[in-house]
Amino acid sequence: MFDPSSIIVGLEIGTSKICAVVGELNANNVLNIIGVGQARSRGVRKGEIADGAKAEEDVRNAIVEAEQMSNAEIRSVYLAVTGNHIRGFNNHGTHPVVSEDREINEEDVQDVVKNAKAINLPQDHNVVHAIRQHFMVDGQSGIQNPVGMFGAKVEVDVHVIHGHVNRLKNGLRAVKSLQLETDDVVFSGLASSLALLSNEQKELGALVIDIGGGTTEYIVYSDGIIKHTGVLAVGGDHISNDLAYGLKISLGRAEQLKLEHGSAILDAAVKGQTITPPNELGLPLKTVNLEHLRRIMALRLEEMFEIIEQELSALGLLNYLRCGVFITGGGARIPEIQKLAEHVFQLPASIGKANSISGLKSALDQPEFATAIGLVKFGSFQQKRKPVGSIKDGFVKSFTEMFKR
Amino acid sequence: MTTPTEPAVMTTEVKRTISAKVIGLGGAGGNAVHLMAQSDCLGMGLFALNTDAQALDKVALENKLILGSNLNHGLGAGGDPERGRAAAQEDMDHLRAICKGADIIFILAGLGGGTGTGAAPVLAQAAKESGALVLAVVTLPFEFEGGRRQRQAQLGFQQLKAAADAVICLPNEKMFKLLDEKTGMGEAFKISNDLLAEGVRGVWRLLAQTGLINVDFADLCSVTRGRHAESSFASAEATGEKRPEQIIEKLLSHPLLDGGQMLNTSDAVLVSVIGGSDLTMNEVNKLMEQINRQCENAHLILGAAIDEGYAGRLSVTLIATRKHSEAIKPIGPEDVAAEAQDTKQFLDPKAPPARTTGRYVAPPPALSNEKKAEMLNNQGKGSRKKSSRLQPELALEIVSKGRFEKSEPTVRHGEDLDIPTYIRRCVALN
Repeated sequence: MFDPSSIIVGLEIGTSKICAVVGELNANNVLNIIGVGQARSRGVRKGEIADGAKAEEDVRNAIVEAEQMSNAEIRSVYLAVTGNHIRGFNNHGTHPVVSEDREINEEDVQDVVKNAKAINLPQDHNVVHAIRQHFMVDGQSGIQNPVGMFGAKVEVDVHVIHGHVNRLKNGLRAVKSLQLETDDVVFSGLASSLALLSNEQKELGALVIDIGGGTTEYIVYSDGIIKHTGVLAVGGDHISNDLAYGLKISLGRAEQLKLEHGSAILDAAVKGQTITPPNELGLPLKTVNLEHLRRIMALRLEEMFEIIEQELSALGLLNYLRCGVFITGGGARIPEIQKLAEHVFQLPASIGKANSISGLKSALDQPEFATAIGLVKFGSFQQKRKPVGSIKDGFVKSFTEMFKR
Repeated sequence: MTTPTEPAVMTTEVKRTISAKVIGLGGAGGNAVHLMAQSDCLGMGLFALNTDAQALDKVALENKLILGSNLNHGLGAGGDPERGRAAAQEDMDHLRAICKGADIIFILAGLGGGTGTGAAPVLAQAAKESGALVLAVVTLPFEFEGGRRQRQAQLGFQQLKAAADAVICLPNEKMFKLLDEKTGMGEAFKISNDLLAEGVRGVWRLLAQTGLINVDFADLCSVTRGRHAESSFASAEATGEKRPEQIIEKLLSHPLLDGGQMLNTSDAVLVSVIGGSDLTMNEVNKLMEQINRQCENAHLILGAAIDEGYAGRLSVTLIATRKHSEAIKPIGPEDVAAEAQDTKQFLDPKAPPARTTGRYVAPPPALSNEKKAEMLNNQGKGSRKKSSRLQPELALEIVSKGRFEKSEPTVRHGEDLDIPTYIRRCVALN
C-alpha cells in the first residue's frame, strides 16, 4: 500500500510514556502525520532505560498501536535519546586555504568541518550530533556557504552533542530486540525544537524547553543555528515526588493531585485553602492543603527554570532570544507555566505547538508528542536530502553508523 | 555580725527578711569580699576564708578564718586542691557554724588554685547541709595561667556544680574582651574580682530591694534550687534618653554572654532592673520585650526596683542559667560515686551498698571539655588510619529521595536536585 521508504517513524522512549509517531512523505515531498501509538512507560527513569524487559514490552505496545492506526508496517525508527549524560558544547575549527588563487572550494569546506569535529571527548563518550554553525572567512563571520569565496583562512563552529556510549546503547538495544532498525539517534531536545520552531523563529532566536517526565531538555537557536543544548535530569516525576514527600501522600495520589490541582504559580487566592478529593468510590480521602501543594510545585518549577536561566545568562545567550521561550513536553500542560517562564526569563513565553507539519490534528496539538513529531521531521530532512547550506544537512550520522554492522 | 568561732544565731521564728552570707574563699574570693566590704555590702554578712594567713591579713574584714591551720600552718595550699580540700575538711565544724542560719549563701572563689578549688565544694556541701540556698560565683583562670590550673579549675567547677544549687561562672578568658590593651595585670584581676562581687550584688539586690516588680526568695529558689546549673552573668548600665536600647545593645554584645548566644540556650533568666525614681514603666517594658525575644524558651524572672542612688541611671543585671553544657555531660563526684557503687555491686553482689556521702571517690583523669572533644576526634582519626577494616558507614539520608532512590542523583553545582526544592531552600510549609 505504501512505499516503505516513504514511511518515517519517530520513537521516543520517555520516562512517563513511550510514543511512536508515523509520518509519510507523499509524492510532493510533503510530510504528513498518519499515525500515533503510545504506551505508559514503566522501565525508564530520568530518560534512561532502567528495566530493559519492561521498556521493551512498552515499546512493543506503542509500535503496535502506531502500526494499527497508520495501517503501515514499521521497519525502522528514528530514536530520541536523552539523559543526564548528554552534553552540548561548541567547538571551533580552522583551515588554511591552500589553492593558489585563494578560492575556497568544496574540499576546503569539508576539511574545516572535519577539523572542527576533531574534539577531545571523554573516552567513553560518543558524538550524537555535530551541527555545523556559521563559517568565517578571514575573520568575516556569519557566512553560510563559503564555497566560491576568496580568502586565506576558513573557520567554522560546530555544536557538538555527545553522550555516554553505553547509556546511548541501551535505547538502541531495546529497539533492536523488537527486530526494528534504527535509522538514526537524535537528541530529543533537538527533535522537539524541530517540531516547534519555524525557520523564521530560529532566525530570530528562541529557547525551547521540553519538560518531560524525568528530564528537561533545552535548546537555544539564534541566527538560524543551534547555539546551545543541555539536559537537566529533573522533570514531572520530581514534582510528584516532592508532593508525595511534602504532603505525605502516596506517589500515585501525588501524581493525580498534580494533574488536577497543580499550578506553576502560587497565587494569594489559595492561601489556607484545602481540598478533599474523593477516591474512586466517592469517599473523601485525606485533606490536602492546596497552598502547600502549589508552593512545593512552584518552587520546583521555578528552580528548574532558574537553573536554565543561569546557564544561558552565563553564556550571554538570553539577549538573543527575540522570539522568547517555547515550552513543550508534558510539563507544558501545567497551568500558568508560561507566566512562570516569563517571570524567570523576563522574555515572552508560550506553549509550543507542533504547527510546522500537517496531519492528525489530535496528535499535533499535544505537547507530549513534540519530540516524536520532531523525529519524523528530522527523518524527512534526511530522506529529502536538501541542498547544501541548510543547517539540517549538518546533522552527522556518525553515531548510528558505528552501531550498524 | 558574727564571728566564725561563735555559731551564728539568727531568729528563725518568723522570717520577715531573709539573711544572706557572702563567703570569700581563697585569694580571689577574699579580694572580692574585701571589695564588697569597701563599697556596698547591702546588708549581707561577709566572711573571708583562706589557707594563707598573709593573704587573709590584707582583707579588711572582721570575720576571717584561717582554714586548716593545723595542716598547712597558715602557709597556703600551694596550689594543690587536695590540700585545700583537706584544710576545709579539718575546719568543717567552723564552716557549718558560719553557714548556720543563713537563707542564702554566696560562695565567692577563684578556681584553679588550691584553696578556692579544693575548699569550695566542701564549703558548698556544708552550706547545703545548713539548709541554705547555695549560689557559687566563681572565676575560671586565664588561659595563660597554664593547663594544670585549667584542669584543676574544671574539676573544681564540676564538683562545685554538683554541690551547690547554682554556679555563676565568669571565665577570665572571656573577660579579655572587656579589657583594652593597656589594662594592667593588677587591674585585670581587680576587674575580675569586681565582677564576682557584682554577680553577688546583682542577685542580692533582686531579693533585698522591694521593687516595682518584686522578686522574692522563693522565685530565686524555683529557678536555682537543685538544678546544679551553670550560669553566666552580665550587667550593663546606661544613662540618657535611649537607656533601654543602649542596655540591650550592651548585653547582647557582652562577652560573658557569648554575644547574646547564652540567652538563647538558657533555661532560666533572672533580670534585675534598677533605676532612679525617673524609671518609667515604658522603659522596663521596652527592655523586657527585647530580652524576652532573645530567650523565648527560658523561664524569665524580672525584678525592677527603684533606688534613689541611681537617679538618671539605669542598671540591668542579668543571670542566665542552663542545666548542662551541651558538649559533654560533666561528671561530678556524685555521679562517679554512684557509678563506683554500681560496679562494686556488679562485681560482688553480696557487698553492702557503698556509702556515697562523706566519701570522696577520685573522678577520672581531669580533662577540660575541649580536651575531651579533641581526644574523641583524634581517636576516630587514629583508628581510621590504623585499620582498613572499618565497619562500613551507613549513608546518612535524612530526606528520602522516594522514587529516585535507586537512580543516579541529579547534581548541579553541588546540590542534589532529587531532594525537593522546598526542603533544600528551607521553605516552611506553614
